[in-house]
Amino acid sequence: MSIELNSNQNPKITWEGCNVLLDINDGDRLLFARLTPGSTLKIGNKSCSLQPLIGCHFGSLFQLETGDKGPFLSPVVEVSNQEEKGCKIDEPKDNRALVDNNTAQSLTGDEIEAMRREGVTGDEIVEALIANSATFDKKTSFSQEKYRLKKQKKYAPRVLLRRPFARSICETYFKKYPTRIGYLRVDSLSLLLSMANITAHSDVLVVDMIGGLLTGAVAERMGGMGYVCNTYLGVNPYPIDIVRMFNFSDEICKRIVQSPLAELSARENEISLQPGQPEDSCNTEKLTSPPPNSVNMDELMVTPENNNSEILTTAASPVSKACKAAKAGGKAPEVAIKSWRETGFSSLIMAVPDMDAWTIVKEVLPLLSFSAPFAIYHQYLQPLVTCMHNLQLGKMAIGLQIAEPWLREYQVLPSRTHPHMQMSAFGGYVLTGTRICST
Amino acid sequence: MLPTDSVKRLSFKRCVSEGDLVIVYERHDNMKAIKVCESAVLQNRFGVFKHSDWIGKPFGSKVFSSKGGFVYLLAPTPELWTLVLSHRTQILYIADISFVIMYLEIVPGCVVLESGTGSGSLSTSLARAVAPSGHVYTFDFHEQRAASAREDFEKTGLSSLVTVGVRDIQGEGFPEKFTGKADSVFLDLPQPWLAIPSVGKMLKQDGILCSFSPCIEQVQRSCETLRSNFTDIRTFEVLLRTYEVREVKMNSFQGDEDRSTELPPCKRKQRLNEEGNGLENPSPPVVMARPSSEARGHTGYLTFARLKCAA
Ligand SMILES: C[S@@+](CC[C@H](N)C(=O)[O-])C[C@H]1O[C@@H](n2cnc3c(N)ncnc32)[C@H](O)[C@@H]1O
Repeated sequence: MSIELNSNQNPKITWEGCNVLLDINDGDRLLFARLTPGSTLKIGNKSCSLQPLIGCHFGSLFQLETGDKGPFLSPVVEVSNQEEKGCKIDEPKDNRALVDNNTAQSLTGDEIEAMRREGVTGDEIVEALIANSATFDKKTSFSQEKYRLKKQKKYAPRVLLRRPFARSICETYFKKYPTRIGYLRVDSLSLLLSMANITAHSDVLVVDMIGGLLTGAVAERMGGMGYVCNTYLGVNPYPIDIVRMFNFSDEICKRIVQSPLAELSARENEISLQPGQPEDSCNTEKLTSPPPNSVNMDELMVTPENNNSEILTTAASPVSKACKAAKAGGKAPEVAIKSWRETGFSSLIMAVPDMDAWTIVKEVLPLLSFSAPFAIYHQYLQPLVTCMHNLQLGKMAIGLQIAEPWLREYQVLPSRTHPHMQMSAFGGYVLTGTRICST
Repeated sequence: MLPTDSVKRLSFKRCVSEGDLVIVYERHDNMKAIKVCESAVLQNRFGVFKHSDWIGKPFGSKVFSSKGGFVYLLAPTPELWTLVLSHRTQILYIADISFVIMYLEIVPGCVVLESGTGSGSLSTSLARAVAPSGHVYTFDFHEQRAASAREDFEKTGLSSLVTVGVRDIQGEGFPEKFTGKADSVFLDLPQPWLAIPSVGKMLKQDGILCSFSPCIEQVQRSCETLRSNFTDIRTFEVLLRTYEVREVKMNSFQGDEDRSTELPPCKRKQRLNEEGNGLENPSPPVVMARPSSEARGHTGYLTFARLKCAA
């Protein structure tokens, strides 16, 4: 059996125009950037070109160096593994003799600047700082390592090139702008995607009021097969600009569509009002109303300042952005809408962190096929409680459960293993269940 | 279990037919997987259910027994399967499973290696994530378990996506033919550190490993081994707290003064006893939630690591 399955679906190398996630100094700073020859990155007071990152493997590590033509990013070649340092357990040294003042370092700022101008590498500066530190030798190897790391971050900052995935995009937003995604933590997002049975060739109904993170995460799992149908109340679709961060191919973008709730539920209404009306004529009226989103989306594409500017590097020019803009969020094709009306959506996934969940659920649940699973996210418990209760009373669903995911990270080091001192205490609530046939 | 191609999907009417795998739902904590067979019956505490009554009904229907008892017939999903499969080993549950799929960055088309297969609980979700063009190669050194897992994947219709191999992964590593081919690897083994060098060979550049271990000592040893050619080594614990939702009648506190003028103290007490909550302002029932008092407290630690990129 052939094992070579997915070479171009899942590219491992960056290309010109792709979106990447830059992890600066081991998670100290995370930002999204678009790789174009002209795009630049600012670290501290230095600005460097992102050009060297084009055509590299995701996962590559770079270090900021200063050359004749100014600062530049240079690939880091990991020399074997110097990791075993900091692992000694029974150490005689402790910190009782250390005095924390600023006299321990004999190199001055001016001297360091001069070294830089002469082209001394960041690593060499770090070594010089260590050699000129009066206290370095007295430190435990653990704090020596900490000192080295601190200096390295300052004088030889590192940039790790990451591929944006639902996971890293969610984590980045959660860390930087949690309110924009309604405090949806990555473990809650994982649970939503599983419980809503997202897979290729499904027809997923999505209500995404968290800027497109949910839409993107669903589309990523479907690989351009089946449909991600975003629905909305009223005439304006909810913005889904986070979808741009995912580097979706055109095939995937084409499968992300939008349709107003009124249009999706049209048949049920029409039928009850005028049975026997042929379907096509039912739709003509809807079709003449202007497609609400196309204009909206283009605006978002050309003005990155709109919503996510802080999270994107500023350098990429708006023009290059517009021409490569993904066409995600087009109008749902008639044939698809027709088939959804006949067989129903295969699942529902929702994140409406500032809305009353029940008023939406009672409208969208009937659009699902029987036995379809659903998963609903909320940042507050009460709306989900009301929703669950009403679903039970109305005998609309079974297997109902409200869950609150809990996530704890550990530091694992020889003799120093323990949970992280800081943790996120809240990542939202998830209501799940299965729609049943009530007749 | 999965909509494997678009042609089939569109004609799929989601009605129960002969030979289908259905999940019979009695209660959220009582479900069973059954193959529909026209001549067969299901007997449980609610009575006798004829499969022939089920055929042609849409999935999600309520069906009745001879005695008037009822159950629901659901279409299987990996989540439901995890709740009904036969436990031949300890298995992974939904919170861990969903987190693993997300963190391993598995998308359609990926090649995933897994060991041990165990009861195939995780493999089922892996298969859903790589479908339709990817593949899961899962290995267990226990011949019987491997065979039962294979039967299960046949039953759930996943056998074109999952291949089960019999192999001692700790002793021999993964087969050489997968060298540099795996997008991600998952280990649920007693001594995962023994398999880690092989995992390093199997993964594509920047590929991700996850190792699940119940004990912290296992994690400690695995992490030590990982440090030589993996980066982004992170260990998590993920749990779910579930909530009970109830309609509750709360007695509201009534100030003494108003009521002491109406009735002498002894009478008042009597009336309160008779009528439950206050007479004048009976508070309407309120829907409330509280965490369930019992929960899974520990499953295992999930350690993730990314293969270092040879620059
Ligand atoms: C806890 S179970 C895995 C459960 C699985 N993750 C699930 O969700 O169903 C562990 C499995 O590893 C297998 N195993 C133990 N040592 C092994 C080895 N050296 N090579 C291959 N499989 C092994 C056992 O036979 C057992 O079935």
